[in-house]
Amino acid sequence: MTKDPIKVALIGNPNTGKTSVFNQLTGLHQQVGNYPGITVEKKIGACKLNETTKATIIDLPGTYSLNASSIDENVVIELLMNKKDVNYPDVVVVVSEVENLKRNLLLFTQIKDLEIPTVLVINMSDRMQLKGIELNIPLLEKELQTKIALVSSRKNIGIEKIKKLILNYKSLPTKPCLNASSIDPEYFDKLKKAFPNQLVYKLWLVITQDVNFLNLDRNEMKSSFTKSHADLKRLQQKETIKRYQFINETLKLGQKIDQSKASDIRAKLDRVITHKVFGYLIFLVVLFGIFQSIFDWSSIPMDFIDSSFANLASYAKTNLPAGEFTNLISEGIIPGIGGILIFIPQIAFLFLFISVLEESGYMSRVVFLMDKIMRRYGLSGKSIVPLISGTACAIPAIMGARNIENWKERLITILVTPFITCSARLPVYAILISLIIPKQRIFGFLSLQGLTLMGLYLLGFGMALLSAYILNKVLKISSKSYFVVEMPSYKIPLFKNVAINIIEKTKAFVFGAGKIILAISIVLWFLGSHGPDATFGNAQNIVSQSIKTTDPNYENKLSEFKLEHSYIGTIGKYIEPAIKPLGYDWKIGIAVVSSFAAREVFVGTLATIYSVGNHGDEEATIKEQMKNEIREDGSKTFNFATGISLLIYYALAMQCISTLAIVKKETNSWKWPLVQLIFMSGLAYLSALLAYQILQ
Amino acid sequence: MQITVGDLKIGQKGIIVDFDIDTIPLKLLEMGCLPGNSIELIQIAPFGCPLYFNVNDSHVAIRLETAKEIKVVINPKNND
Repeated sequence: MTKDPIKVALIGNPNTGKTSVFNQLTGLHQQVGNYPGITVEKKIGACKLNETTKATIIDLPGTYSLNASSIDENVVIELLMNKKDVNYPDVVVVVSEVENLKRNLLLFTQIKDLEIPTVLVINMSDRMQLKGIELNIPLLEKELQTKIALVSSRKNIGIEKIKKLILNYKSLPTKPCLNASSIDPEYFDKLKKAFPNQLVYKLWLVITQDVNFLNLDRNEMKSSFTKSHADLKRLQQKETIKRYQFINETLKLGQKIDQSKASDIRAKLDRVITHKVFGYLIFLVVLFGIFQSIFDWSSIPMDFIDSSFANLASYAKTNLPAGEFTNLISEGIIPGIGGILIFIPQIAFLFLFISVLEESGYMSRVVFLMDKIMRRYGLSGKSIVPLISGTACAIPAIMGARNIENWKERLITILVTPFITCSARLPVYAILISLIIPKQRIFGFLSLQGLTLMGLYLLGFGMALLSAYILNKVLKISSKSYFVVEMPSYKIPLFKNVAINIIEKTKAFVFGAGKIILAISIVLWFLGSHGPDATFGNAQNIVSQSIKTTDPNYENKLSEFKLEHSYIGTIGKYIEPAIKPLGYDWKIGIAVVSSFAAREVFVGTLATIYSVGNHGDEEATIKEQMKNEIREDGSKTFNFATGISLLIYYALAMQCISTLAIVKKETNSWKWPLVQLIFMSGLAYLSALLAYQILQ
Repeated sequence: MQITVGDLKIGQKGIIVDFDIDTIPLKLLEMGCLPGNSIELIQIAPFGCPLYFNVNDSHVAIRLETAKEIKVVINPKNND
């Protein structure tokens, strides 16, 4: 008989290896979604405990305590306070790590006060010997009123123990391990008398936080139990001191540290990595390496995907029975899917680098190095994380701005992050660069194309800083500034964590953005292969008047005429006057307009337009087709001036509906996404115009 | 001698005495930045800010303006 799965919540400080424990427990049986109404990522996984029992494990956002200071942290207390929540845990697993046990236990003692069965995982036990740390587990278990699993998620040790403890959660003690209300007995006694059915600690959290899940009259509570901000905070300080006293006493008995072995490698490494000269040099080398390798490494699989889909399309065209349906497949669906899959190599590489930087602990050092510089532009050192992950995608990047405590710094970060070159721009850049920049190397190893790409990244970054500088002067928001960043110890990234992260992010892209791209490709195909009867329907008659049907050029002329008079051609011709000064013809115009929802649609649109325009017996890749495009005067459509103008347009324009949606969500107002759209796209149009007029 | 942690030199240790409870971030308290605990300055970022400390075995970076609010005493024994 199979029983209902046991509901488990995984909680812990950041940098304790909580996600590794989660990955070890659940493997690839994970679902990533969002909490209703907010954009905090919700990860749930399934774990088989034994033959008959399963556990549903929810990986909660990392938090230092139950005093939430961001929406991510709020998720944790909201779940633990609400017994009616479907995910309310049967048992909580608190993940700590052996080197930071003291600080990690603070959160543990708070969770114990909620009187939920709790397991304590002490992670990274493989470092104990190196660090000269010894633990008396039975004593700690007794003092902390819990069961302990000594785990090394890196070496896959102790995971079975966690499963066993979860399985037997009913036998776990639920008593708090200290009496926190002794910091002000009178106050807490009164609280207890007023609400006899509630845990005092829960009431205390309701008073100090913005949560209310006990169905209590918050106003009543506020009036009789509220204190001034300073008094509350003084009490919170007392509470924290009290908890640390208990933890220190417990650890004095249960933990032995051989100080001679406690050499601080971290501090020594940090003297170099955060050095005022070497620090920046290392950072530059890391960035340069990332961009060179993304361009060099991913071009091989990308070319392969590109040509495979071109082959597949022509194969489908020649081997399926001719007709409308075959056209839909070979001109709409196959190029559409190709336009999605071509992104995978670059997205995978970008997320590889970003997760390695995060996992290794290097990202915090960059935050430290950049804070003072970023503050000149109204940003925070913490803005560097959104700005770097913005090179993958602005959407998770903007959500990542959440841990910036200062609202003004956070808002400016959100507003300028879309300037950063995201992976959706890469295919556009890649194809245009390969068309207009020669494949040469300077000094034998720096590729000119790679340098151009780096130039575009710098343009995006420069514009982000410039706009931030302007916004900082213009926005009149005063908010209290504070900044606390943990500098975790350096770790070699775990292959499994990095791999799972890459798979998840790539999957999210393929199924999320992919759907839009595919749908737009099909719509475009329809609009491109249908048109008004008077011209489009009469194409053969009209074209045969100017050129003989036996002429070898007849087929080409016919398909060109058809495209020009299709619905999409009509739209393109209509907007042509507005984009001609930028150096674009109506086909490029269609691609620009259709990629308004998402930049990556640009390449797919051109692929669809050109494959509709082709009469189909040549199997050309998108790049070859673009290269062969000519203007009326016989010169190449994608010349240097048009190419640069397009590159600049895509570097600056706000062409992503999903980003606008996320900005609306994060700022809680339509004002900011609108400001972003008008400012960025206006700037893009003017800059592209200027570039083309100078270069042509 | 009583100074603030903003005045410490790299490698210097002090014992936290006091701070303005109203303005100090709660998160810093939770990291162990509490009266009586020892605090060591590990590194100063280029251009003088932020500062990177080891307090109560937590490694944290804070800005100079926050550091200037935390008063410490230097214990000569800790600085040989």
